[in-house]
Amino acid sequence: MSILVIAEHDNSVLKTFSLNTINAASKIDSDIHVLVAGNKCENVCKEIAAVPLVKKVLQSDSPNYENYLAENLTPLVVKLAGKYTHLIASANTFGKNFMPRVAALLDISQVSDIIKVNGPDNFVRPIYAGNAFATVKSNDKTKCVTIRPTSFDPAPTSGGTATIEKIDSVNIPSVSKFIKREETKSERPELGTARVVISGGRGMKSGENFKLINAIADKLNAAVGASRAAVDAGYISNDHQVGQTGKVVVPDLYIAVGISGAIQHLAGMKESKIIVAINKDGEAPIFSIADYGLEADLFEALPQFLEELNKLNTIQK
Amino acid sequence: MKILVAVKRVIDYNVQIRVKEDGTGVHTDNVKMSTNPPDDNAIEEAVKLKESGKAKEVVAITVGEEKAQETVRKALAVGADRGIHIKADSYIEPLGVAKILKKVIEKEKPDIVFMGKQAIDDDCNQTGQMLSALLGWSQGTFASKIELKDKIIQVTREVDEGLETIEINLPAIVTCDLRLNEPRYASLPNIMKAKKKPIEQLIAKDLGVDISNRIQQLKVEEPPKRKGGIKVSSVAELVSKLKNEAKVI
Repeated sequence: MSILVIAEHDNSVLKTFSLNTINAASKIDSDIHVLVAGNKCENVCKEIAAVPLVKKVLQSDSPNYENYLAENLTPLVVKLAGKYTHLIASANTFGKNFMPRVAALLDISQVSDIIKVNGPDNFVRPIYAGNAFATVKSNDKTKCVTIRPTSFDPAPTSGGTATIEKIDSVNIPSVSKFIKREETKSERPELGTARVVISGGRGMKSGENFKLINAIADKLNAAVGASRAAVDAGYISNDHQVGQTGKVVVPDLYIAVGISGAIQHLAGMKESKIIVAINKDGEAPIFSIADYGLEADLFEALPQFLEELNKLNTIQK
Repeated sequence: MKILVAVKRVIDYNVQIRVKEDGTGVHTDNVKMSTNPPDDNAIEEAVKLKESGKAKEVVAITVGEEKAQETVRKALAVGADRGIHIKADSYIEPLGVAKILKKVIEKEKPDIVFMGKQAIDDDCNQTGQMLSALLGWSQGTFASKIELKDKIIQVTREVDEGLETIEINLPAIVTCDLRLNEPRYASLPNIMKAKKKPIEQLIAKDLGVDISNRIQQLKVEEPPKRKGGIKVSSVAELVSKLKNEAKVI
């Protein structure tokens, strides 16, 4: 029996989280098939066929799959399910949207957002926004699993020679219609995938003062985040919010500026590789999880920080 | 138009979660419980539609132990008309909850079902999508804006790339993002009035649906603790550490 990974793409290019998902699937079994459902998605299929971990690519072309509407994609995955032990997708807005539909129609209880594979039916997943880890065993015959992409490395992308098999699409009367997608236009990397994140909290005192953060973000090619307190105070829009009720980030470097470290903020960033805290209150809880803490007035520290960065010959991007 | 809103009682988002020493779960005794945050947005959106004259009735429903009624009562205090409490004494997985909701929906026949996009306890993010699939309805997940038109809803969704707009046919399931609206607080007079609004109670296991759990929770543990870090004395030292020790810049 084999595993079916459902790939995320934009019809011309594979989304990188699919590679993390393929790698996670390889911890379960080596016989990995990848479904590419899209519209004229030959190029995506070729990309996946070159991934050495993949044995077979299933290509299903239909205009109905162009915008990966969950209602349209689900019947195809359900039809293929019988041949597989595991159905796997990434636990981002792509996988979260359709996988529970597939699971429900197959009468399977889905295992969401796993961060570790212990065995074919045994997984670890964070609950309570990462404040606890649950080890779970799925007793369903077929497993529907979504993978937290940032917990697995991406699979290598060259050297593979998987076969590409065309399969029929399953077309159903449409109950939903795609209108448009507005991609967030920013010079900076996306918060969820940025290598470096610098966030400001209530200590920033105003939205205007975020220019101090922005200047460093530009220098480090970092995404800009914020605590809920800063968002609630109106300093910055809520799509920057990091925390249990905002975005969960796991960058290589997280810099928390003027953030005390409320539980709900820590839940969104404490898995970061290196954490820096800059705060004038030496007792702030953020220091207890920071690798490097600087007890200082941020209005003095941030300009100095920028100055020191300017002195460096090279900065990783 | 009739709207059903599903709400869940969870540990309050400001409470520090404590894992039980025996690994069977987290402490819930004497812990503050609240409505799951995005479920408050779901209620708010339904009540707004009622206030604008587009909806006639808002029904709040929850599945859970006796005390879960508090969550329905709170929904009634901010404007829902009546409540349904499906009593269940132990945890039911999203698949089971979706089956229960489907059963109630077949009787209630709402045009829209609102609920939060995810519960902040088990973090599954499944129930809305599962319910939608079981009913064969359309879905608008992670909604940050909705516009009700004739027979359709235009839903703006929070997706990884930014915002996506779709139009979905009614009846539909909409799962709500925190950005959808600003939930109101209940006023004291409305809290008093809510006490008189009816809550119908049904027993989960009597509904004739399979709510058996399929996932065994083997162990719950604390995430690995971060090693205590150091305090640096100057910005220059910080940058030097980041560059030469941590090698992240």
